[in-house]
Amino acid sequence: MTTTTPPAAVGAQQDDKGSTRASRVRKRLNSRTATVAAIVIAVVWTIPTFGLFISSFRPEAELKTTGWWTAFRDPQFTLQNYQDVLFGQNASSGQLANYFVNSLVITIPSVLFPLAFAALAAYALAWINFRGRDWLYIAIFALQIVPLQMALVPLLSFFSRGVNLGGITLMPAWNLDGAQNFAQVWFAHTCFALPFAVFLLHNFISQLPRDLMEAARVDGATHPKIFRTIVLPLVAPALAAFAIFQFLWVWNDLLVALIFAGGSEVTAPLTVRLAELAGTRGNEWQRLTAGAFVSIVVPLIVFLSLQRYFVRGLLAGSVKG
Amino acid sequence: MNFDFADQAPKMMMLLWGLVAFAVVVGGLLFVLDAVPSYFARRREAQVLAAYASGGPSPRRTKPREGFFALFFLMPAVLLLLIGLVVPALRTTLLSFMDGGSQNWVGLDNYRWMFADDAIVRVLLNTLVWVTLVPLAATAIGLIYAVLVDKARMEALAKSLIFMPMAISFVGASIIWRFVYAYRGEDQEQIGLLNQIVVSLGGEPRQWLLDSPLNTLLLIVIMVWIQAGFAMVVLSAAIKSIPADIVEAARLDGVTPWQMFWQITMPSIRPALIVVVVTISIATLKVFDIVRTTTNGNYDTSVIANEMYNQAFRYGQNGQGSALAVFLFLLVVPIVIFQIRNLRQQRREG
Repeated sequence: MTTTTPPAAVGAQQDDKGSTRASRVRKRLNSRTATVAAIVIAVVWTIPTFGLFISSFRPEAELKTTGWWTAFRDPQFTLQNYQDVLFGQNASSGQLANYFVNSLVITIPSVLFPLAFAALAAYALAWINFRGRDWLYIAIFALQIVPLQMALVPLLSFFSRGVNLGGITLMPAWNLDGAQNFAQVWFAHTCFALPFAVFLLHNFISQLPRDLMEAARVDGATHPKIFRTIVLPLVAPALAAFAIFQFLWVWNDLLVALIFAGGSEVTAPLTVRLAELAGTRGNEWQRLTAGAFVSIVVPLIVFLSLQRYFVRGLLAGSVKG
Repeated sequence: MNFDFADQAPKMMMLLWGLVAFAVVVGGLLFVLDAVPSYFARRREAQVLAAYASGGPSPRRTKPREGFFALFFLMPAVLLLLIGLVVPALRTTLLSFMDGGSQNWVGLDNYRWMFADDAIVRVLLNTLVWVTLVPLAATAIGLIYAVLVDKARMEALAKSLIFMPMAISFVGASIIWRFVYAYRGEDQEQIGLLNQIVVSLGGEPRQWLLDSPLNTLLLIVIMVWIQAGFAMVVLSAAIKSIPADIVEAARLDGVTPWQMFWQITMPSIRPALIVVVVTISIATLKVFDIVRTTTNGNYDTSVIANEMYNQAFRYGQNGQGSALAVFLFLLVVPIVIFQIRNLRQQRREG
């Protein structure tokens, strides 16, 4: 790609001198249309969320009969929707407080397990010499392309029926009920997150300076010691990036939860409940808007406060390759 | 108040168990790896001393075994991947050649069904529309916005606004947009923003989500809304990493912003552009939540991922569901091979 063509360049420069004012005006105009376009996009992107936010504080009667934009003319706000949707008495109101707890219980171990296992694996793949290392890394990397959907049916039967091979039970059925079902969801999320987690953390861990590792080895440090005392502190930003990533993914997930947590109020997370409300009570806007906001608020806080790490992780995973 | 802390106790117990399991597995693994080799080292030392004292031949030196560590570092991840992904994927492939109850072999029947049933062909076509429009639109908007706000005032804030939908669940996003598309009768005041705009322009309110094929396009808007932020962040980083002297040289040559964009910016960010398109394409192929929450796949809006769920988990047709999952896999493979080849090429050039 040649970017400079000398004769044209000279011409352009002269031209620039000749019509400085015109070009300056044109440039300002350009940057003004650019600014306007940017603002338009930003507004279009923000308004739907903003509308939902305003709506969630409006009284039911108002919400169902007038558009949320009328709230500026005639402001009436209430916390009743949140009160109803979180702690309501009847079953149809949402009772989201309960599901909120479920979401938390699902998310915390589902972030910790893949984080630890992937960090261990990534370290081994980057800094321990053994045969077949590259092949294993490529295999794990390639597993990213297996769509979740391919694993669902067999994994579910693995939980409910165990593993039988030629009449011998290799692994009994899990037979979980109630709150124990969380274990299934943790397991599924951990498995599904690993290929990407290993890939992302490997990118960081393999870039640590070789001298540092060798010096530690010469000093007689074993691999577990290097892992704990040198690698973990140095790649903390990457761990944070993945943790945020995984947190958002698990918190926002619907498919895995729907299948492995079941629809019961003991284990189902917020997303499952919300999808249910949207399906059966699609016109109860006071509940849907407040409920949607309850489900959004935690990831939004995490996201906005830790955005920098998140972006860094995103870029490490996608641009550097 | 219908929130009882006593109800939450079993869940908290379970969470506690999960955390204990985590500490035991990870901590235990590291402890064992630390303790066992040093135990053997001490024993060997003792042997050497004993051999020296008794004047016998000193025992053979053993090399520190790397393989031992590699095995234990990798074991949890590899084991989980085998149980959770590799074996299930293979089994799904097998199941796709069996009937609904996974009892009898039926050969290619499920695949034949997929292309013969009009409703399913419709689903496949919808998926095709999704996977062409979403990456194109999301990348284009992300790119335009990244260029527009580059070095503008309050760039960080401007970017956060577009990036924010990334943090919102697909379910939450679907509800946000259902509210935008909400419909009320002609004689009533509209509560959905889109219908309000139509009405104030003199049109008639419409049931946006019921008319095919418009409804599919409106669902696609939701996905674009979510993904454009991702495209914008990656592309913005790529634009910022274009060497300043190239930009400066071009500016001295007097190129217009238009030329600058097509001749400098676009070629420089090509690799990032490919990554973004590929990533969004894959995410789009697997989209499930949006369709389920907005229309539940009715009114001709279903896509492969949603239909797969319906077949396997609602109608008990494991064979047909598995065939759809395998088909999804086949669709993703070429995209990923393309990306791997691209990465390789980049490495060779770089």
